Amino acid sequence: MIHDKFPSKLLENAVEEFAKLPGIGRKTALRLVLYLLKLDELEVEDFGNAIIQLRKEINHCKVCHNISDTEVCNICSNPSRNEEVICVVETIRDVLSIENTRQYNGLYHVLGGVISPMDGVGPSDLEIASLVERIEKNDVTEIILALSTNMEGDTTNFYIYKKLKNIEVKVTTIARGVSVGGELEYTDELTLGRSIKNRINYSDTLTF
Amino acid sequence: MLKIEYMHLQSLSILDFKNIEQADFVFSEKLNCFLGDNGAGKTNLLDAIYYLSFTKGFFNSIDAQNIRHHREMFMLQGKYIRSDENETISAGFKIGQKKQIKRNRKLYKKLSDHIGLFPLVMISPSDISLISGGSDERRKFMDGVISQFDRIYLDTLLRYNRTLLQRNNLLKQFFEKRFFDEDTLSVYDEQLAELAGVIHKKRELYVNEITPVFQSFYTFVSGGNETVGLSYQSCMNEGDYSRQLLACRNRDRAAQHSTLGIHRDDLLLELGDFPMKKIGSQGQQKTYLLALKLAQFDYLKNASDIKPILLLDDIFDKLDAKRVSKIIELVTEARFGQIFITDTDREHLAYILDKMNTEHLIFKIENGKIVGK
Ligand SMILES: Nc1ncnc2c1ncn2[C@@H]1O[C@H](COP(=O)(O)OP(=O)(O)OP(=O)(O)O)[C@@H](O)[C@H]1O
Ligand SMILES: [Mg+2]
Ligand SMILES: [Zn+2]
Repeated sequence: MIHDKFPSKLLENAVEEFAKLPGIGRKTALRLVLYLLKLDELEVEDFGNAIIQLRKEINHCKVCHNISDTEVCNICSNPSRNEEVICVVETIRDVLSIENTRQYNGLYHVLGGVISPMDGVGPSDLEIASLVERIEKNDVTEIILALSTNMEGDTTNFYIYKKLKNIEVKVTTIARGVSVGGELEYTDELTLGRSIKNRINYSDTLTF
Repeated sequence: MLKIEYMHLQSLSILDFKNIEQADFVFSEKLNCFLGDNGAGKTNLLDAIYYLSFTKGFFNSIDAQNIRHHREMFMLQGKYIRSDENETISAGFKIGQKKQIKRNRKLYKKLSDHIGLFPLVMISPSDISLISGGSDERRKFMDGVISQFDRIYLDTLLRYNRTLLQRNNLLKQFFEKRFFDEDTLSVYDEQLAELAGVIHKKRELYVNEITPVFQSFYTFVSGGNETVGLSYQSCMNEGDYSRQLLACRNRDRAAQHSTLGIHRDDLLLELGDFPMKKIGSQGQQKTYLLALKLAQFDYLKNASDIKPILLLDDIFDKLDAKRVSKIIELVTEARFGQIFITDTDREHLAYILDKMNTEHLIFKIENGKIVGK
């Protein structure tokens, strides 16, 4: 019944768009669309505009590449944060996870992913060169690598570590076993907070 | 010396697994025999026991094909005694759902947590692929045993394979998109070298440890006039792996995949100074495989401090009477624990059991059913 054609092409289009969202099937999509149809026209307009505006006007902080409404995000521009420490993460969601722990007062650098040739992602597709430049140009004393603990995270950590070899900066990583094979966001706040405080020297994790 | 723990399968219930509609067994803690005609379901019974140790079938890892034809699910339940404790392992699979493995009614989240708890060695006619098949069969033989109790090994192997896959993808991209990124390639090379070092050391240790045991078993069963060899072949025996990787870079780039590494390792199986595959008679090959698998048993026993369950499928076929009686003498020694044997011929089996002089049970199987004892 769900897969039957709808009586309206407009309805069909809207349902199809909602069903593209992660975790939303056609059944839920139809429920959401019918809900929107019951609302005031103005309310629905606000809803639509918010999404269009989000997409058109969203900015990325030119320093750390976190999402931001301003050229430099409110973490990078906050004078009470420790500018000498940079935590390297994969995505914006990781920034949110670490911020939620309230255990970290340094800055971030969002790579935008990890090195994975099978997904067509090489170092030049990531914010690695900008990271190296940022460290060279500023007084940074410590880099915390907080990528996924899978092979791709390992490879990216090692790649960055090698790029930083000739720069005087301490490279640390959040304690292993935090989320074996998992992503940062799935770790609970307490464990994540603790592992950020108890970070270890990256070179100690290398066995060669 | 470490105390070897005691373990055996007390009872087994089967529902709709392969050709077995429904069956309940109570086993001897020493020797159990499944007797029946071709196609009766003897090997399927061994497979059910195998499944409870490895959470998958020996022959078919596709669970849907292990369900009895025209049914939707199968269930297996084994009651074990392990280090004086009762343990119940159950396995169930329903079409369209995830398989469920439970230990004492508790569902496993990760199946790999179960592997190694109830060690088991299966000796079957299909072992012949170790001799006749490609080198991947022989690597599987090493990897399967070592990873049964060494989690670090399994984890390292998975990481190695993942890194290799990424490195191969990178080489393909170099070729297709006509560029070269030395930095990224050397990151993969260094990672591969680290992981390969761990794997190589453990494989070498394993082969070195089983070789004398294997040779003594072979000598015992064959009567001593033949010598057999087993040696581990790896590029890492030829010197520094990182340097070799660097040296074959151009070859790898042209081939668009990694031509050198522990993913190419092999075992050299010899009779006298010649390859077993080329000159071994069927009985000699069978004896070789039996001795190898029993050496594997011995290794597992020492590594896990538990006597594995031994499944012997059709092992007496093709062997002369002298070798058969030697094998019987060997496996009834105290160093082996619970054994399951299949045979088609009642007289043959009676002759064997007569010699064994051990506590035993016989189950007569017909069409997937127990029809007598
Ligand atoms: N999923 C299934 N459903 C029903 N029957 C099956 C299934 N899988 C295999 N069989 C049947 O099981 C039988 C084979 O059983 P098995 O291999 O255990 O025989 P066996 O007693 O070991 O015979 P042999 O002495 O020839 O080795 C075949 O008749 C086969 O058709
Ligand atoms: Mg059989
Ligand atoms: Zn910023």
